[in-house]
Amino acid sequence: MKTFVYIDHFKGEVQPASWEAIGLAKKYGTAVALVFGADADEITKAAFEYGADEVIVVDDPALTDYRAEPYASTLSALASSSTPDLILFPTTARTRELAAMSAVDLSTGVLTDVTGFEVNGDQMIATRPIYEGKLLEKTVCSGKPVMATIRGRIFPKPAREAGKTGTLTKGEAKTEALSTVAGYSASESAVNLGDAAVIVSGGRGVSNNPALTPPAGLDEKQAEVWRAQQGFALITELATLLGGAVGASRAAVDGGYITYAHQVGQTGKVVTPDLYIACGISGAIQHLVGMRNAKVIVAINKDADAPVFKQAKYGVVGDLFAIVPALTEAMKKKMGK
Amino acid sequence: MKIIACIKQVPDSEAKVKAEGGQVSWGDAPLVINPFDEYAVEGALQQKEALGGTVTVLCVGGESAKDALKHALAMGADDAVLVSDAALTDLDTVGAARVLAAAINKIGGADMVIFGRQTLDNGAGLTPAQTARIIGWPMLGLAGQIKVDGGSVTVERVLEEGRQTVSAKMPVVLSVVQSIGEPRYPSFMGIRKASKATIPVWSLADISVAAPAPVITRSELINPPSEETAVEMITGDSPTEIADKLADKILAEKVL
Repeated sequence: MKTFVYIDHFKGEVQPASWEAIGLAKKYGTAVALVFGADADEITKAAFEYGADEVIVVDDPALTDYRAEPYASTLSALASSSTPDLILFPTTARTRELAAMSAVDLSTGVLTDVTGFEVNGDQMIATRPIYEGKLLEKTVCSGKPVMATIRGRIFPKPAREAGKTGTLTKGEAKTEALSTVAGYSASESAVNLGDAAVIVSGGRGVSNNPALTPPAGLDEKQAEVWRAQQGFALITELATLLGGAVGASRAAVDGGYITYAHQVGQTGKVVTPDLYIACGISGAIQHLVGMRNAKVIVAINKDADAPVFKQAKYGVVGDLFAIVPALTEAMKKKMGK
Repeated sequence: MKIIACIKQVPDSEAKVKAEGGQVSWGDAPLVINPFDEYAVEGALQQKEALGGTVTVLCVGGESAKDALKHALAMGADDAVLVSDAALTDLDTVGAARVLAAAINKIGGADMVIFGRQTLDNGAGLTPAQTARIIGWPMLGLAGQIKVDGGSVTVERVLEEGRQTVSAKMPVVLSVVQSIGEPRYPSFMGIRKASKATIPVWSLADISVAAPAPVITRSELINPPSEETAVEMITGDSPTEIADKLADKILAEKVL
């Protein structure tokens, strides 16, 4: 079986699930990595080292900035001429678009956000969450090639073998573009919960510290947000120590305590970290669905009956304003930091 | 400015969705406008307010989907169209895009077609780009901000890494994200107007398109394994003692 693996990158940074996709492709045969854009040498080298048998580089000024249309046309042309059985992508904002368009060109379909994959004879069966993860479906694609975007941190990342090489091929770019890229600004907080190995999250409870006296002149709502921000500062400190990201419940985002980019679950994000620490989160269904695939879940909440404890491996009934800083101190000592 | 906002009707996000007999069941939870599509309607209304013009809401679905369209009318959209046909049972995203593209043509085109980023049910988020590809218009996806200047549209795309500014000439297809602004509540007048509105229902024959055969099909529906674990409660006489015990447990998991 021949699989194209689209290596998704932005400003030189590769989405790590691209490498996981190479690992998955190798399980079933040949992995051909596709690297589009200018200055792709480093990425090409990495693709070989992560196990690609072949890398097709399409290095053209028209592809310097990602734009959906020329990228999709380039991919469709390559797929038409070298007929892979499967095209894998990491699931990102770009690949959803690119795969969507290419599937129209190739009269096939895309299985998105795939969390399980099996090959049974001729048939490829992908498992994916639907209804915000409340259900899973197994799906098949009758078109050729099958296209699938995989969720990050689900499939094992292959070991990197320094110096490994393979066949390098140059591909041709399709350059007709319908849009122009004028600029780019890095996200203020660069929240990428999908890639995070550790997430420390806060909920409504982070604003419940009566011991704090807000600065004078704030109205009730402003005082609540101010309190919450002090709470999130404690959470951020713990997250930073553990090399993780800061998450939030919908209640915290709706309350204006933290930006939407941090929201876990429901209309936010499903996350799969190794460690998830929920602080002051009671556990609405959407949040539980968003975080339950974490390997180890720790819940800290004042209310012993909070639903979050049903999903947790370790629970602490207590005041997060006392427990979280104490945990930060304890971890610092034990990790020798 | 002629704007079309594409919406879908889905079970309410609070619904307890389950697999029952191979079918998706949401009990007696109501069907509502897809929450992401409320942002599409909001984005469309903002552009109408800034530039003048009309907002048409377009939906593919059953008769019940008229309620979702009425919600958009109550928010302030000018008119609504439902595409409904007994042959539309197993639509995949490409199929939905083909039907939408045909309906957009029948409406007479637009300067801007606006989608929400994804639906709550399938959640694939493919339909906007597929519609753009089929009608051959530029796709400006995941817009957090929209600016129209002469014949071009400039958006700030919200990507994993940050914000990218991208422009294209109209007509364009857009998808919007939450930073476009909170969807307005339907006004009292809007609700009254919407309740009286007659929504045209177009069949596939009306928009001259054959029922698209699905490429993606579901072979099995699964309730996720219940992961209620026996929680181990960590207790102690002081936060320091509790934190100390908890830190040991976390380190013993070897997940750091």
